[in-house]
Amino acid sequence: MKIADIIETLDLKLISGAGGLQNEITGCYVSDLLSDVIGNAREGELWITLQTHQNIIAVASLKDLAAIILVRGLTAEEGTIEKSNLENIPVLTTTLDTFSVAGILYQLIKK
Amino acid sequence: MRTFRADLHIHTVLSPCGDLAMSPGRIVEEASRKGLDIIGITDHNSTRQCGITARMASAKGIYVMQGAEVTTKEEVHCLAFFENSDTLDSFQVYLDSNLPEIMNDTSKFGYQVVVDEDENIVYEEDKLLINALDKGMDEIESFVHSLNGLFIPAHIDKSKNSIYSQLGFLPAGLNADALELSPASLHNKFEEKHYEINNYQTIRSSDAHFPEEIGRVHTEFYIPQVSFREIRAALKGVDGRKTEIR
Repeated sequence: MKIADIIETLDLKLISGAGGLQNEITGCYVSDLLSDVIGNAREGELWITLQTHQNIIAVASLKDLAAIILVRGLTAEEGTIEKSNLENIPVLTTTLDTFSVAGILYQLIKK
Repeated sequence: MRTFRADLHIHTVLSPCGDLAMSPGRIVEEASRKGLDIIGITDHNSTRQCGITARMASAKGIYVMQGAEVTTKEEVHCLAFFENSDTLDSFQVYLDSNLPEIMNDTSKFGYQVVVDEDENIVYEEDKLLINALDKGMDEIESFVHSLNGLFIPAHIDKSKNSIYSQLGFLPAGLNADALELSPASLHNKFEEKHYEINNYQTIRSSDAHFPEEIGRVHTEFYIPQVSFREIRAALKGVDGRKTEIR
């Protein structure tokens, strides 16, 4: 499953990093503490968070994450958008809250 | 150059977590007893106790750096200081408009009051001051600098509400005038484990919530005389001016 495949199902809006839309998703990690993501997320995972600071791109790049989904309609900051485009790491936003988006993704990824 | 002792992170009775004994009078008295020349008044998300404290301190020959300890959207605590009442007031407007409309519960969090020279309550803040502003750290940094203020991420060695705990690591290109270490850094040797902070000036301050904590650590400023500009120049290392943590 690729990022491009879930955009419609989850009603996601792409904010930046279109270059990474063909990234393969291997799983999902949910956390708002960047040090926790550095320690525990695995390569190819989709990361659900409410953090919008540019450090999220550095973390996603370090851990080779597939993409970042921001919850509750949050938007990314300017620096985050710039770095996302540079690193080709898609940043998407959903109007859903963390519980809902994680629940839907769990069903999709388990199949 | 002369040496001036500074403790740039002190809470007053206005902070819900600040002890009720932390009136401007008591703070100035304690700072004077501890031999401090410069103190920072940094309540959570409010500058409203700065003016009164500055007036009282000045009578004792102590200079007050006026500002606040801001909580960013990421829940990073950052000190912000301003040179004059115009910029301080502009920042207060920014705080008021970006702090969520969630009210303080005095039974749970404590009182948030401004008191005057005679310990009379002159203002009570209704909104909960320990909340986070609806603005990210980078946005707040830009705003502080647009008012020609100083922006200093607070107690970076702490495991909560610090830039490291909330954002994992120092962001690339962070535009900070200094980084603040907590009293715990005397023992945890944070600066020896994080060489990247050597790219910044460091200060160490007490984060005092109780009178006896004032001045428990301090930073020395080597400057010709005390002013906001000289303090800024020391943080930039201009013409032999410098700071040293104690």
